[in-house]
Formats: sequence, structure tokens, C-alpha cells
Amino acid sequence: MKNSGVEPLPTDDDIIVIEHLCKSFGKVQAVVDASLRVKRGEVCFIFGPSGGGKSTLLRCINGLEKADSGTLIVDGIDVTHKKVNIDLVRAEVGMVFQLFNLFPHLTALGNITVAQEKVRKRSKKEAERVARELLERVGMPEKADVYPDQLSGGQQQRVAMARALAMNPKIMLFDEPTSALDPEMIKEVLDVMLDLAKEGMTMVVVSHEMGFARAAADRMVFLEEGRVIEEAATDELFENPKEERTRVFLSHIL
Amino acid sequence: MAVTTKTDERESKLLPWTERLSEVPWWALIILLLGALVVYFIIVSPTYQDAFLFLVAGVKITIGVSLISFFLALILGLVLGLGRVSKNVVFYTLSSLYIELVRGIPILVLLIYFAWVVTPLFLQFLNWFGTALANVAVGPLVGLAENMATLAIQDVDMVVRAIVGLSFAYAAFEAEVFRAGIQSIQRGQMEAARSVGMSYFQGMRYIILPQAIRRVLPPLGNDFIAMLKDSSLISVLAVRELTHLGKLNRARTFRTFETWNTVAFLYLILTLSLSIFVKFMERRMAYEE
Ligand SMILES: Nc1ncnc2c1ncn2[C@@H]1O[C@H](COP(=O)(O)OP(=O)(O)OP(=O)(O)O)[C@@H](O)[C@H]1O
Ligand SMILES: [Mg+2]
Repeated sequence: MKNSGVEPLPTDDDIIVIEHLCKSFGKVQAVVDASLRVKRGEVCFIFGPSGGGKSTLLRCINGLEKADSGTLIVDGIDVTHKKVNIDLVRAEVGMVFQLFNLFPHLTALGNITVAQEKVRKRSKKEAERVARELLERVGMPEKADVYPDQLSGGQQQRVAMARALAMNPKIMLFDEPTSALDPEMIKEVLDVMLDLAKEGMTMVVVSHEMGFARAAADRMVFLEEGRVIEEAATDELFENPKEERTRVFLSHIL
Repeated sequence: MAVTTKTDERESKLLPWTERLSEVPWWALIILLLGALVVYFIIVSPTYQDAFLFLVAGVKITIGVSLISFFLALILGLVLGLGRVSKNVVFYTLSSLYIELVRGIPILVLLIYFAWVVTPLFLQFLNWFGTALANVAVGPLVGLAENMATLAIQDVDMVVRAIVGLSFAYAAFEAEVFRAGIQSIQRGQMEAARSVGMSYFQGMRYIILPQAIRRVLPPLGNDFIAMLKDSSLISVLAVRELTHLGKLNRARTFRTFETWNTVAFLYLILTLSLSIFVKFMERRMAYEE
């Protein structure tokens, strides 16, 4: 924040570039003048109090919300530009929601294949092969033909991750992926996320799971009242937070 | 399901017999009894039998017209319903305008209007268009243009005009059913669809509509029953459906009583069996939820 205006030009390495982004809902300012960069292969962890604008910022990145002003460049494409086909950007950006949002009328397999077939135009056979591989990877190959309402929360979230991964996204966004889960299921979801991080996936994670941040995050961003209060490397932010508000918040939740 | 039925049974055994009597669906039994009576008359009484045989042809037209009209109303209603939830101002406004206009006019008036105002106007347009086309047409288009230019209003059968009227009238109702169904699906569904790269249209087609349509099947079933009853109104266009044949049979035989008893009986058979089917469907869906 303090160095806005003298930021270096974005390089090829910056897969997400956010500059002076603002978004309001009526009188509520959800995101205020936020600037942020995410490098390829980096895990960026966003945290902060409820209503701080974390979800809104994340949703702006894949165009579910339209920013009022500012610049937002995702993988070299200026998302805020009017003529940009946002669907093309979205296919490259996977999103995992707090409440899973699985498609209840499709089986686990169907959830993972539908966009592959309709958006990526893969054959049914190819899409199913990819889907089964991903189900294997999230540890539930036997659930291919089960409908979402017969899966536990943790299993649903893992299918949701497989659904997003099936599109071979360059970036994965997570909006509090474990907040709606019972404690015993949180680990199975975090484990998949940890694997992803190890494989070098670019991830932007909104969460309260500080254990995950310590284990996997490269950088952490503290967001409050729509503003980026502090942004630092993970160790630095944990050991030596510069801002008083960050310190207060961390002391409450750790 | 199984558990609740069991407790229901146990509880009903504990009820005193007076209360148990009040739980019997007497109305259904009485209808069944009256129905049996009419069937009995049709079998033993020649006048009833005569009326029945004369009217059966009308039942076929009633069912046929209702099925075709409802099918068309569903298609148009779906388009209008999509307009009602669309962010496109023009699409939204046109759909809303149509729905509000049509819902504000009695169906009987709409039917007359479509048969005697809209159809002739449309034909005039076709004639004009055909004439214009004939001047520039080449090859196989010439025949088509000439047909269009010379099509006369008498060539448009009343059944066709009735189907057009019923379809356009009911499309407005079905549009609202579809709109409610689409809006009942959580916002997260469309967001998830968009986030895997689907367009708005693909999200509707593959994610929202399959869920919404399942939910609106029972109300659509009820609307079909309503249309079946409203199809009696097309008797004003002299379409030979059940009600019109009732009028004809009365005029032919002067048997007012037997004629209208049989007409009412035939309508009831259709509507009651359909409504049992809809109730069954509703219960099965409640179970699946
Ligand atoms: N669609 C919307 N319409 C109106 N206000 C909204 C909308 N979405 C978010 N807001 C408001 O914007 C502000 C930021 O919300 P946001 O959901 O981004 O916060 P958050 O940090 O994700 O909070 P939480 O931890 O509760 O998820 C809040 O005051 C919220 O009420
Ligand atoms: Mg949130």
C-alpha cells in the first residue's frame, strides 16, 4: 500500500496483477484500493476478519464480481477490459467454494466431466478418463457414480476440487474451503491442497487455517475493511508482523 | 417414509372410531360412487349410451388439442421465462410486457382475439409478404411465394386457431412457473458453472434448467389439468371438442340432463386421473429431496 505508485512493472512471472482495485455494493465498500501480485507457482494466503472483503477480492479475480475501478490482469489478460471474453479467463482459473456448490443432479463423475465436454470439448471417454484419474488423486475412486447428497462434506469438497482441476487451470482460487466442514474432515481437504501446492500449482487461498498457511503458503495478505493492511512472506508475517492490527488479529486466532 | 407410515398406523389405531371416520376421504368416495352411477347408466340406458358414443369423439379432440397446445405453451413459456430472469433489458422487457398483457385478459377473450383478430392480421401480412416475394423469387421459392400470397383466411382451420390461442395464453402462465423454478436454484450453482468456464447460456442449459425443470414438474402438471378444462372454451370457435359436442348432442336429442351429466363425467375422468398422477409425482419428488 505504502509504495503504490512506485511499483515495478509486472513481469511475465506475475500471473495475477491487481492494482488499485475497488468494489462497492451500494454504500458498502467491500474492496478499497487493493493492490496485490501473485507469481506463478506461488501460494498466496489471504486472511482477515469477517466482512473484510476476502471473498469479494477472490471473486473479482475470476470475474464473478465486476470491479468498479482499478486494474486486474490474469495470465496476461486484462480482465477489466470490456471486450475480454471472461469465460476464456474463467476456464483457466479454478474456484473452490465454501459451500462446495456441486451440481446435485449429476454424479461425482458427471460433476467433473460436464465442463470438460461442454467447454473444453473433450470426448466423453477422454473426460471420464480424466475424471477418474482426478477422483483417484483426491482419494475417492469408488465414489464416481454417487450423487453429491450421498457424500460427506469433505468428500463433496474433494469432488469440487477435482471438478476445478479437470479444466487444467493455471490458477486455483479457494474461498474458505474448510469453513463448512466438521473438524474430522478438514484434514482430508487440506491434504489435497497441500499436494497441489507441492506440485507447484498457483493458489490463492482465503482461509482461517493458519496451520495450512505455515505449511504451504509463500506469502500472506491481511485484509481488513476492504484494505490490504499487510502483505509479507509467511515466516515474516508470523514472526514479525509490522502492523498493529495484524498483530491483534493473529493473537486472537492463534 | 417407511418410519412415518408405521407411526401413522399405530396412532390411528389409538384414535376413537368417530375421529377415524372423519379422516376417511369421503369426497373421493362420493365422486367414485357418482362415477359408478354414470357408468351404470351408460351401460343400461340407451339415451346415456347414445350420448356417450356421440361424445367420445370430442374427448379425443379435447385431449389432442390440449396436448399440442400445452407442448407449444411450454416451449414459448420457457423462452419467456428465460427472458424474465435475463439481465438483457430488451429481452426482459419484451417478456414481461407479453406476460402482463396476456395475464390481464380473460382466456375466452384471448381465444376469440387470436382466432378473429391476430390470425387474419397475420394472414394479411403473409399475403403481402408472399406478393412481395413473388416479384423477386426464383426457382422453388416461386411456388412458396404464390402459396403465401393466395392463402385465404378460410384456409386456416378453427382447430389451428384454437391451438394458437391456447398456446399463447398459457405460455404466459408457464413462463412464470419456469421463472419461479429457475429462481429457486441457489445462486452458487450458476457461479460454479461460470467458474468452470461455462457461458451463461451453457450454465442455464446444463446446470440450472435440469434442476429447475424437475422442481416445476408438479405445477406444470396442474397447469396441464387447468388447460384441459379451459380447452372447453374453444367450443366458442365451434371446434368439435367435448363441450361443443355436448351442445350438439343436446340440440340433436333434446336430452339436456343425460348430455351434460355425461360431459361432466368425461371431464372428471380426465382431470381426476391426471391429478392423481400429479400427486403421485409430487410425493415421489418430496421423497427424493
Ligand atoms: N453481493 C453482495 N451484495 C451486497 N453486499 C455484499 C455482497 N457481497 C459482499 N457484500 C458486502 O461486502 C463486504 C465484504 O464481503 P466479503 O464477503 O467479501 O467479506 P469476507 O471477508 O469474505 O467475509 P467472510 O469471512 O464473512 O466470508 C461485506 O460487508 C458484505 O456484506
Ligand atoms: Mg467470504
